[in-house]
Amino acid sequence: MNLFCVGLSHHTADVGTRERFAGHAETDCILRGAGCTEALLLTTCNRVEVYAASEKRVSTDEIARCLVRNIENDRSEYAPPFYRYEDEKCVQHLFRVASGLDSMVVGESEILGQVKKAYESARASGVAGPRLHRLFQRAFRVAKQVRTHTEITRGSVSVGSVAVDLAQRIFGQLSSCKVLVLGAGETSERTARALVSRGVTDLRVTNRSTDRAQELARLVGGRAVRFDEWLQQCREIDILITSTSSETALLTPESLAPMLRNRVDRPLFIIDTAVPRDVDPSVNEMHGVYLYDIDSLQSVAEQSLALRRQQITAAEAIIAEHVADFQEKISWGLNHASRTPEHPSVADSSLRASEL
Amino acid sequence: MDRQLLIVSTLCFLAAIGRTIISLRAGIFRPGQFNFLAIGLGFIFQTAFLSIRGHALGRCPLTNLFEVFIFLAWSVALIYMLVGPAYRLSLMGAFTAPLVVLLQGFALIAPIDIRHPVKLPANSWLEFHASISLVAYGAFALACIAGVMYLVQERQLKTHQLHSIFSHLPPLTDLFAAITRLLWWGFALYTLGLVSGFFVGQPLPYVQVVCAFGVWLLYAVILQGRHLRRLAPKHVAALCIVGFSAALALLWGITFTAQIQSLP
Repeated sequence: MNLFCVGLSHHTADVGTRERFAGHAETDCILRGAGCTEALLLTTCNRVEVYAASEKRVSTDEIARCLVRNIENDRSEYAPPFYRYEDEKCVQHLFRVASGLDSMVVGESEILGQVKKAYESARASGVAGPRLHRLFQRAFRVAKQVRTHTEITRGSVSVGSVAVDLAQRIFGQLSSCKVLVLGAGETSERTARALVSRGVTDLRVTNRSTDRAQELARLVGGRAVRFDEWLQQCREIDILITSTSSETALLTPESLAPMLRNRVDRPLFIIDTAVPRDVDPSVNEMHGVYLYDIDSLQSVAEQSLALRRQQITAAEAIIAEHVADFQEKISWGLNHASRTPEHPSVADSSLRASEL
Repeated sequence: MDRQLLIVSTLCFLAAIGRTIISLRAGIFRPGQFNFLAIGLGFIFQTAFLSIRGHALGRCPLTNLFEVFIFLAWSVALIYMLVGPAYRLSLMGAFTAPLVVLLQGFALIAPIDIRHPVKLPANSWLEFHASISLVAYGAFALACIAGVMYLVQERQLKTHQLHSIFSHLPPLTDLFAAITRLLWWGFALYTLGLVSGFFVGQPLPYVQVVCAFGVWLLYAVILQGRHLRRLAPKHVAALCIVGFSAALALLWGITFTAQIQSLP
């Protein structure tokens, strides 16, 4: 029995190539027709992969023909950069994919959900049999273990999520935090939305244009305040998000100091996403003030990514252990099965939904 | 036999430290259950030691510097067991264990377990004064540890250099709330200990009384500064470290002087 994986991903193909091979509903069945005894199609925005088991060798070209959206296309038009992994390499590749090691953002956890969904779909349509069942169940276990025993998913890797993460490190629960959005930039809007999704209820928006402030307030579920009041608001708020187009710094230590006099034990978190910056960098020197501009947020995101990359070795070790164990069990199973008079067929195998 | 219990207890705390170091080196810093269990086990052995020693002495085991250090380490572990999980400060164990090992390790190595030639008479006021003061010291020690955690977290946030430990430290506001509560608990217990000292029925050395009031005053100033919002949280955290260092120096002085005075 031949277990293999054929596919292309962000490592080997650009989005234009990937979208030409993005799977459609009946691809699994077509694969079955191509000679695969079991087949599973995994399609995400970053990869199109087929995991299959076959009695005889099925060529990469045959798989590619099943995947291409328009079968009538001129074949000479594409020379797809497909990769192919067989047996042990295939097992290792799936474990890496499910664990997020092969993702564009290392350690992202969305891929595991997508792999589960692909498996569920193949199982429901009856094209995934006992071999793929064993393989994918093990892949889910491996992914869970990698996430539990390493820091591969630790930290935030986008500017918005870094800002929210930092806010939680300072304030804990965000539900009682008061937030002021100064200016109506795209990044600050995204950050404000992320804060609202984490429980912020008191959100104030201000802008030179009152209409724009009201519009943004409506969009993010906050309330608009007059632009000339924004500095006074610093007496009350916990988080300030700025993104105006001002050419000079709007907030300096001199202008902020009087606002902080009565809030010595309450920190103020400032997220400055404007370029040029709205807040004088020396504001960060003040007691209880934590200032992050776009570069420092980006830098924190990079640190998280670097930390995740450091974990790759530990994750690979876990995967290697599982690959060896899985291969051993498979060979034992094959030997055992060869002595068994009746082999269970795909249709006979009972795959419990609860195992998903 | 009793010292063996203490050695086992120290090994438990060392296991908690070892686990933390291994996690840090691997870039994985998870407080988890292990630290709490190791410290809990260490605490049980400490309690067993104090119980056996107390039974042998026929009074609270606070007759020499060795016992004082062990009682202090026990108080630190006790307060950690009480406040650690309650205030979601399980990571505090990673900071508590080294302090306990330092206290116990020093007590075990240094030749300070000097037995009194004659059995000291029991004095319930003196024992109450000494034990309650040491439990207060335990609270101050934990406030000091929370202060260190606060300063570590604060520095990381200020410098934008976030290490593996960052995501496991409690939020700044939670840490500051814990520091404040520990200071109040410690201050209340210390005041109780200080007042009970006047009922021991023995003349108190003038220097010790002045120093003890000095420490009390220092904590009173920290709490007042915090209450009136004159002190920034960062300063409160730093003063917790200063306060505990002063309290520790005072404890050393008191016990050392008492030992010298009791020598024939």
